[in-house]
Amino acid sequence: MRPVIPYVTAALLFGLGVYGVLRRRNAVLVLMAVELMLNAVNLILVTADTTVRAQLPHGGQVFALFVIVLAAAEIGVGLAIVLQLYRLRATVAVDEVPLTERPEGER
Amino acid sequence: MTGADVLLLALGALAVGSGVLVVATRHLVRAGLYLVLCLGALAGMYLVLTAELVAWVQVLIYVGAVVVLLLFAVMLTRAPIGASDDLDRPGWAAALVGGGTGLGLAALLVDAYRWTAVELPEAGTAERLGDQIFRSWVLPFEVLSVLLLSALIGAIVISRPDIGRPKAGEPGTARSRTGGPGPGGSGTAVGGGRPGDDGGRSR
Repeated sequence: MRPVIPYVTAALLFGLGVYGVLRRRNAVLVLMAVELMLNAVNLILVTADTTVRAQLPHGGQVFALFVIVLAAAEIGVGLAIVLQLYRLRATVAVDEVPLTERPEGER
Repeated sequence: MTGADVLLLALGALAVGSGVLVVATRHLVRAGLYLVLCLGALAGMYLVLTAELVAWVQVLIYVGAVVVLLLFAVMLTRAPIGASDDLDRPGWAAALVGGGTGLGLAALLVDAYRWTAVELPEAGTAERLGDQIFRSWVLPFEVLSVLLLSALIGAIVISRPDIGRPKAGEPGTARSRTGGPGPGGSGTAVGGGRPGDDGGRSR
């Protein structure tokens, strides 16, 4: 097995994820691009698990499982925020979210 | 080139190709379906790399749960059916940064590993993996369970705006409602809801 093949795949997927996060306007598509980046990291971890001899066996696979759990938690909270944004502003475009404007009457 | 190499090359090409379509397609729902293809190809790569437990967890959680949640969000935000033209920001900065990151990392890893070959460990690692999780990594495992619980509660609190809002008739609500309408049609709900929220907490 040539480890360079999955490593290069993971690097390209991470680049695609960065491109998607920066390019997309729709918040759901931004979350999909974040998923691409997390999966690239998982692929790196699993490949390193088979190619690097570590003191603790299978540390890479354990970390990949942990990252999957973190991604599940992230997507739950992220989609709750996106749906709340849609309910308040009737849009999910990330560049239409006002960052400085405060709601009227707030102290 | 062994059989594992050919499989990894094919699945990697499939993953990268469908990843390109995820970030480039103009159809919202199709982006989710290409994401299924990409994650499935990655699960196949995990299988070839003898990480079968990670592969099946990937299929269960990512393809089964995360993509379904994303498609739910696409439908709940009333995404248009068919191609939409306002999905992308213009500009080459994203392509520059993303391409630079991807190609730079790829060049770094190619330089580190060249075309060396590594023996794959024998298959059937699930038992040893479980052994490791529940011996060496049991504390992070428990912390993760707390994190999942807090993410669950956080998602519920975010999506329920009536939590923490004072009852109708209390002074905080009355003051904020007379504060005038907020900007725009749906913004009115913001202007009415948020100050009431604030008044409820400050008491």
